[in-house]
Amino acid sequence: MTELLQRVLPTVQKPARYTGGEYNEIKKDPDGARVRVAFCFPDTYEIGMSNVGMRILYGVMNEMEGVWCERVFAPWGDMEEAMRKHNIPLWALESQTPVKDFDMIAFTIGYEMCYTNILNMLNLAGVPLHSKERTSLKNIVFAGGVCAFNPEPLADFVDFFALGEGEEITPEILSLYDRAKAENWTKDKFLAEVSKIPGIYVPSFYEHTYNNDGTIAQIVPKYGAPKTVQKRIVENLDTAYFPTKMIVSSTEIVHDRANLEVFRGCIRGCRFCQAGFSCRPVRKKRADVLYRQAVETLENSGHNEITLSSLSTSDYRQLKELTDELIPYCRGNKINLSVPSLRADNFSRELMEKLQTLRKSGLTFAPEAGTQRLRDVINKNLTEDEILATCQNAFSGGWSNVKLYFMLGLPTETDEDVLGIAELVYKVIQTWKEHASNKKRGLRVHVATAYFVPKPHTPFQWEKQITPEEYIRRCRLLKSHFYSKSIEYNYHEPDLSRLEAVMARGDRRLGPVIEEAVRRGAMLDGWDEYFNYSTWLDAFAACSIDPDFYTVRGYGEDEVLPWDTIDVGITKRFLQCERDKAYDGLITPDCRHGCSGCGANSLLKEVACDA
Amino acid sequence: MPRLLFEKTGNAVWISHLDLMRVFQRAFKRAGLPLTHTQGFNPRPSVSIALPLSVGTQSHCELLDFDLDGESVSCDEICNRLNSALIDGVRVLQVYEAGRKLRDLALMQCTVTLGYDNPLTDGAGELLQKLFASQQLIVPKKTKNGVQDQDIIPMIRNLSVRQLSEKELEISALICCQNPTLNPMQMVVAIEMYLPQLKPDHSRCCRMDLFDNNEEIFR
Repeated sequence: MTELLQRVLPTVQKPARYTGGEYNEIKKDPDGARVRVAFCFPDTYEIGMSNVGMRILYGVMNEMEGVWCERVFAPWGDMEEAMRKHNIPLWALESQTPVKDFDMIAFTIGYEMCYTNILNMLNLAGVPLHSKERTSLKNIVFAGGVCAFNPEPLADFVDFFALGEGEEITPEILSLYDRAKAENWTKDKFLAEVSKIPGIYVPSFYEHTYNNDGTIAQIVPKYGAPKTVQKRIVENLDTAYFPTKMIVSSTEIVHDRANLEVFRGCIRGCRFCQAGFSCRPVRKKRADVLYRQAVETLENSGHNEITLSSLSTSDYRQLKELTDELIPYCRGNKINLSVPSLRADNFSRELMEKLQTLRKSGLTFAPEAGTQRLRDVINKNLTEDEILATCQNAFSGGWSNVKLYFMLGLPTETDEDVLGIAELVYKVIQTWKEHASNKKRGLRVHVATAYFVPKPHTPFQWEKQITPEEYIRRCRLLKSHFYSKSIEYNYHEPDLSRLEAVMARGDRRLGPVIEEAVRRGAMLDGWDEYFNYSTWLDAFAACSIDPDFYTVRGYGEDEVLPWDTIDVGITKRFLQCERDKAYDGLITPDCRHGCSGCGANSLLKEVACDA
Repeated sequence: MPRLLFEKTGNAVWISHLDLMRVFQRAFKRAGLPLTHTQGFNPRPSVSIALPLSVGTQSHCELLDFDLDGESVSCDEICNRLNSALIDGVRVLQVYEAGRKLRDLALMQCTVTLGYDNPLTDGAGELLQKLFASQQLIVPKKTKNGVQDQDIIPMIRNLSVRQLSEKELEISALICCQNPTLNPMQMVVAIEMYLPQLKPDHSRCCRMDLFDNNEEIFR
């Protein structure tokens, strides 16, 4: 740690997030490290250290002989200011080495509104922003994560993207780089070779041309690059690498606990959900493997809490076997077991009761839409009866806190659907009045509405986003129908969701906009403290880009989509068919009631889809 | 209740008091030393640290009280097992079966290092020494109820100054650490107010040892 940094640390908030030195941090001899990777998370330490994907890939890379992967996070504003004032370049936590001295700079990108952080971090590191300005093999910038499923807004800045799950592809990339460095390849040769690894997308190998109306005319692959790049997956999760020696932060982070992923993919097919489609096919982990990993992780970390995570944990077939073993272990060791993402079914209710003896948490539902009609449109097969039955159970068991999440602006939504939310909330309150075991405590119903953002690789990828004005009108309409004092209603501000919608379905013309926004001071957009909408509007204006083109316009089904190059395993035909069914108000049963033919099982060679 | 003496040095000085409690709770767990838990709605592992240490301050004399659940383990064993489960910069020096009552803790030996960007002029140390030999030194103290003036002289038992290098001075002082409490950094505030020519460009503090009112080492 430099003397300068030692002098800066007392002046910033939470300095422990900048020093490294946590338990289980991996340090290696720099002389033995032929490939050094700066693994950047484009948000703060507290967010990044909570990310399971980053923990897995940190372990995967450091398992490799000759590779040393270190962590880098975005500094908070006070630290950034100090860094700029004292000319301290962005550094990696393990060795305090400046990022610009690393061979490779990797980003994991899970959220569209962190794009400015990526540029800002490169900027703070003193690394040129544009891919074409970085001409040597040093400082190769690559990225992965869900946002790589439409990587076009970042095409100018990132040398290549690794699509899908990283456990297998990452070592392939690093091994190739190791060879390239030893043999002194040019960057061009490295990019040409790396593009041959399945799952690698090199944006500079594709030429985008546009029609007069602004839509994409065609995407032409060059240098023998494939027409589409298919994402990678790990077929067998039981044997896949899992880091049981997790880094234990010395300072509090957002998810300050052990985290165990029970399966990947989702059988549900909610039509708005990107993860639900792009993370398919469904692959499970065996309960005995999970139990072993849970115990190892807890013993190695000393955590007093563990979470079972997945997109829908009730759909894990061995949930009973796993929790039957885990609950006694956790109770004996005073460990809190939390199981979020449970559905409102019978077994989940029993399980909730069992977990309650350890510690009580809130009750949260995401019906997403207020009427059964609209829930059928979005294929969210959660019924009012299920919600009310679970509430009844919970209220009679002494719970008095419910959270309900909805979206406004879903396709086909009418005012009747909006008011359906108020009706549903009213029924929850009635249920409480009839069944609460202790009415003195009072009831709190938190209702939140989000502004629907259409995402790529979903049946709604072509949909219009409603205007911010219309969204606010619907929020107010809803608010005017909440009469009870028990209700606390929050609605998301539309600004951030509008930008998220632009980035999610954006094309290469957004690169200059992001750059301009960063130049005008945009950073940490995901944080209220820093998000500044007018900075963005100015940046769009300066670049003569109309955000509405990406939001309220909607995309044509025959239009070339910016993400057409990316294949997540789901066929376009299936998405179109799901969209048609949505408009007809027809549900698609979950995958366990018969395969709906999304196409993702074609990604599997060794095992069958576990749906 | 058993007590342990530990030091906090290096990068660990940036860990806050609350975070350090969690660091220890997890280290006990990793070391296979289960802690008893507090009773109540939200049971917490029972560890408590005597005098919360400010972020950025080093210490060689931190005291932590804890209570183990289950079979008894020797003090040396606890010490060894904890040290192999702790992070760099936090090290257990000794474990005691039981500690003295905390209310007998009265004094602390500490050092404050003053760093300057430019070389010091001759006699800087003497000037400092003279400042702290004053009859009184009124320094504003931030409290929950706003800012209050505080005379720091009665809380300094003895004090010496030495020059470490051409850009560094070190104050070594025995000060009150409980009823009343003097935050050592208040001495730096006094310098800024009454000896502005020796206002340091940076400073750091280190706790050396703890004593009772008779200047006997406190454990």
